[in-house]
Amino acid sequence: MTTQLLTYIFVGVSFALYIGIALWSKAQSTNDFYVAGKGVHPVANGMATAADWMSAASFLSMAGLIAFLGKDGSVYLMGWTGGYVLLALLLAPYLRKFGKFTVPDFIGERYYSKTARKLAVICLIFISFTYIAGQMRGVGIVFSRFLEVDINTGVIIGMAIVFFYAVLGGMKGITYTQVAQYCVLIFAYLVPAIFISILMTGNPIPQIGFGSTMVDSDIYLLDKLDQVTKDLGFTAYTENVKSNIDIFCITAALMFGTAGLPHVIVRFFTVPNVGAARQSAGYALIFIALLYTTAPAVSAFARMNLIDSIQDQPYSTSPSWFKNWEEIGLIAWQDKNMDGKIQYSAGNALEDIKPKYTNNRGDSGERAVENNPNPSNGNEIYIDRDIIVLANPEIAQLPGWVIALVAAGGLAAALSTAAGLLLVISSSISHDLLKKTYMPNITERKELKYARIAAAVAIGIAGIFGIYPPAFVAQVVAFAFGLAAATFFPALFLGIFYKRLNKEGAIAGMLCGLIFTASYIIYFKFINPEINNADYWFFGISPEGIGAIGMILNFSLALVISSLTNPPPKEVLSMVDEIRQP
Amino acid sequence: MKRKSDQYWKSNIKIVSSLLVIWFIASFGFGIVFSESLDQIKIGGFKLGFWFAQQGSIYVFVLIIFLYVWLMKRLDKKLSQEEDK
Repeated sequence: MTTQLLTYIFVGVSFALYIGIALWSKAQSTNDFYVAGKGVHPVANGMATAADWMSAASFLSMAGLIAFLGKDGSVYLMGWTGGYVLLALLLAPYLRKFGKFTVPDFIGERYYSKTARKLAVICLIFISFTYIAGQMRGVGIVFSRFLEVDINTGVIIGMAIVFFYAVLGGMKGITYTQVAQYCVLIFAYLVPAIFISILMTGNPIPQIGFGSTMVDSDIYLLDKLDQVTKDLGFTAYTENVKSNIDIFCITAALMFGTAGLPHVIVRFFTVPNVGAARQSAGYALIFIALLYTTAPAVSAFARMNLIDSIQDQPYSTSPSWFKNWEEIGLIAWQDKNMDGKIQYSAGNALEDIKPKYTNNRGDSGERAVENNPNPSNGNEIYIDRDIIVLANPEIAQLPGWVIALVAAGGLAAALSTAAGLLLVISSSISHDLLKKTYMPNITERKELKYARIAAAVAIGIAGIFGIYPPAFVAQVVAFAFGLAAATFFPALFLGIFYKRLNKEGAIAGMLCGLIFTASYIIYFKFINPEINNADYWFFGISPEGIGAIGMILNFSLALVISSLTNPPPKEVLSMVDEIRQP
Repeated sequence: MKRKSDQYWKSNIKIVSSLLVIWFIASFGFGIVFSESLDQIKIGGFKLGFWFAQQGSIYVFVLIIFLYVWLMKRLDKKLSQEEDK
């Protein structure tokens, strides 16, 4: 069977599974729709949380990013797992005890204010849509490369599937599909990693193979990789390029941002009690760690393999994956020294970085580009980092079914996260904006209907983002985490641990965190991107890490303003006492 | 009753803050600030600082959460026993 046929079968079977689960777990009430009836087992919720959390970015992009960043890539590994410690210890059990439906719900009631609730809804919608745009791009890439359908068709198929189980099943449908999606995605991630680990180091456990010697030699893989990267003009793989303060702030922003992401927090509303919420956070992190400790091993293997398989190869005999990805436009080669061979080294090969292809072919048969060569280095290739995980099995020459499996896994990762995000968007609209603010008299049936309509509209908008991807997708990822850290985390944390915090303090803090973080990112990413470097940054902190500073400002302002204004009313104080008890 | 719940909250804060100290040391300490000095030590093919940044910190995080689950279970039990008295 051809790889493409296998891919169709794997993807088709997994989609049929998701639809079957959706039909089986239809939501009957708002309680089902928003929080799956609060009856999800902690292990199942752990898996669902892991699938919810691990997006197309974790599955497709992260290992590739780390492969090129080396040790600097650790910020993603620590940032996106360490946040779960904060979530488990500081937020999840208490928010579960609070026992309502959404994150703005907690903020609205704890700070006895509709303004606070609306502000929370705005932050939530902004964060969630930023995130969804990335998922839809992931779906598009997988479809176009492996199923050879048009990216737009791929996005529409993906939308239809999510529409089916999110609108029908709500949180209940999403939870059980996410459990299935976790199984698909983790299997799809581990199988090629194990194969490659055996091929390169003889050890089947990637986490250990990563620190072992290469097959048929007594040189450690990482030492070899350090040597090779240095020879090509890069910083050694296991050394930092970024400054420590920047790494510190980016890690902090990602950790606190993770803990403040509404679609993750809301998963802990679905378990039966406080004890289950704590356990569930632990299981979620185990399931996540399985992928996150494998990813850096995959990165190191991939970087090594990539260099080995193309360096100084004549283009005419270069491997087929190289040409396949070139056809899609994610690899480009410009023969700077006209020797017909591929040379890879540090620096951007092309001026303007991204290739602009012409319709012509170059002397060796490559797709010609109209970019001027970048004269400051000898690097001849452009490689989009997103392809590393998808191309890795091909680079390592693994069998066709492994490649098909990876395609199904990438789709599972993208769809599960998209569904979770769509749900928090729709529930914040139907519950927080309509039921709790503008239409307090609607019945539960009506509210459920509005929730479904909101989910359908949100899917439509997400699809438009997928078909016409805004050029700024990559730039705004920093936004989602920075804003979650600078707005939600302090408001939630202080709401539980500091009784005296009142609505004036909370609102001022959130607004300040929001405005400061957003303006810093917009200034460096959009208004003056040419000065987006360490010389101009505030204390050398990049826009990716600025959320950590926004969070500190939020905390300080909230505390000062609170101490100058009236304490919160009695009911709120007793509510806080209540959520502190198990 | 009021005193007991205050007591519970105090023990809770103590558990959480000591676990967060471990969390901070494993990630920001060993993985970032002291990472380069730890890199002098090698275990197998891993430099220790690099290992903490890309592997070790994650294992520590998992252990912290399960330790927390266990400690809180014990604390909850103590509270409900005292309430029964």
